[in-house]
Amino acid sequence: MLPADAPEKIPATVVRVSDLWCGYGPDPVLKGISFGIHRGEFVGILGPNGSGKTTLLLALTGILSPSSGSVEIFGESLATLGPKNRARKMAAVSQDADVRFPFSCEEVVHMGRYPHQKRWRMDSPEDAAVVDRALEITETTPLAPRLITAVSGGEKQRVTMAKALAQDTPLLFLDEATSAMDIHRKLQIFGILERLNRETQLTVLAVLHDVNLAALYCDRLIFLKEGNLAADGPTASVLTPEILEELYQTRVRVYPVEGTDKRQVIFLP
Amino acid sequence: MTSPLSHSLPRWLGWIGLCLLIALAAFVTSGMGPFPIPYETIWRIWISPLDPSAAQGIDDTTRYIAVHVRLARVCLALVVGSALALAGAVYQGVLLNPLADPFTLGISAGAAFGASLCIILGWGGTLLGNVNPLPAAAFAGALGALYLVYMLGRMDGRLHATTLVLAGIVVSTFLSAWISLLKSLNEDSVSTIVFWILGSFSGKSWTQVAVVLPYLILGGTAILYYARELDILSLGDIQAQQLGVDVARVRFHLLLAASLITAAAVAVSGIIGFVGLVTPHLVRLAIGPRHRKLLPAVLLGGGLLVLLSDTLARSALPNGEEIPVGVVTAILGGPFFCFLLMHRKKYLQL
Repeated sequence: MLPADAPEKIPATVVRVSDLWCGYGPDPVLKGISFGIHRGEFVGILGPNGSGKTTLLLALTGILSPSSGSVEIFGESLATLGPKNRARKMAAVSQDADVRFPFSCEEVVHMGRYPHQKRWRMDSPEDAAVVDRALEITETTPLAPRLITAVSGGEKQRVTMAKALAQDTPLLFLDEATSAMDIHRKLQIFGILERLNRETQLTVLAVLHDVNLAALYCDRLIFLKEGNLAADGPTASVLTPEILEELYQTRVRVYPVEGTDKRQVIFLP
Repeated sequence: MTSPLSHSLPRWLGWIGLCLLIALAAFVTSGMGPFPIPYETIWRIWISPLDPSAAQGIDDTTRYIAVHVRLARVCLALVVGSALALAGAVYQGVLLNPLADPFTLGISAGAAFGASLCIILGWGGTLLGNVNPLPAAAFAGALGALYLVYMLGRMDGRLHATTLVLAGIVVSTFLSAWISLLKSLNEDSVSTIVFWILGSFSGKSWTQVAVVLPYLILGGTAILYYARELDILSLGDIQAQQLGVDVARVRFHLLLAASLITAAAVAVSGIIGFVGLVTPHLVRLAIGPRHRKLLPAVLLGGGLLVLLSDTLARSALPNGEEIPVGVVTAILGGPFFCFLLMHRKKYLQL
């Protein structure tokens, strides 16, 4: 989605999290997490329920303020970035894609252009071009005239993905963003993200439940457990039975996928 | 896009049609009343600013009634209707609640309470020189009611659509009772109480139009300023924030603006229910939910709806007696409200 010259202007460290403590009430959910994400990485965040995955994404997008520690986005403190400025640097796709009024899917995707638009102006031809392209990439062009309140859960998620791509940011967060899609669509969406990641250096940070989806597309995995970093490293070195068994308290086999350097995981009863 | 009409007709035709409809309704209603004026005479008076010779031979009484009674009342109905409908569209968009409007949220009752308290305390005329304190008192009442309803509606931490409306009804009923009590303590006539609770344009003039119009322009501009944000708020707080909308600030400004124009409208006309609820829904069905189109259309539609209701209020009874316009809107709006409730799965996503 980005112009060809954009990646050079982006600092090498896209996200820096330092000793992050964060939660909803007096009890912290995240207990002192630190890591950095480099430009062009495709990172999966995995962990059991309640390990703090969604909390981490809410903290990274500025919805939750840390009780201590800091988050930096492209070298700037998240706390000092204005809301529109933030939205030009990062987009987020959350699990909940509900829209309360019957907008057309195209209108929803157009909302992604908000951080780039000025007041009192109509949508520019550039906005329209970016929206068309986002619809095309996600193969949601046929959905464009339909009402968002009338499409299926999986279709709604694809439209939400198109909206995030229309936001045209160098950093993309996903929170279970493909949970309602069928296998074919899941692989398709991740295939698109993989291509954008390779071609435009789009940095992707995806919270996933599906370990095998992460194993196919992420080149780095961060495992969370009870608000702490349980493991963090290249997929090839952290996707091991030892780490997974410790994390999920379940017996695990890891097999190589024929003809690739990927692996897949089988959980045993 | 939701309506087959928008496919077959050019967009500007709808806007022109709406404006013509308003002009036609204003024209027809101007001739009606206990002192009938022939339409030819009204036409001549209307075009007299452009062509001074057109009004020659028309006596001063007729001219006075046509301009300072009938036309003033038409304009008041238009601005009040526009204000209430616009406020309704904002409450629905900001609170993500299809049942919200100045009436169901108790904002109108709050404004009426503030205004009647002001009158009882004897500040009704002029305070601080020439400034009429009535709109300010109505505004304070409106904000007080909004605060109360908001607090009641989110007692369990989250803002639920139905809880909010229930809270609105509670506040509305409670304040209406207080208005009645205040008025009876003051030995005021029952008709004035009826006026506040049911709303009327009877006996109003350009003065009241001049009171509402500045607030409508100010509040309306603020609301149009946030048209894009109103669209994005329908994605929910988290998504809206991640798209770069300063949700808390935008919501606060919008609620303030909507309450301001509601208060100004109620201060001059009393409580007129259901306009703010019905108009945005009808317009949304016709042209879709995009606020940049929706808000101007709601402005025109609300004005037209109240103008038609007032025409009905003036002409329904045979002896030239008037029904309060709030009664007409309630009689027409009540069944619509029921329809929305019964089909809420389809239209409201409740």
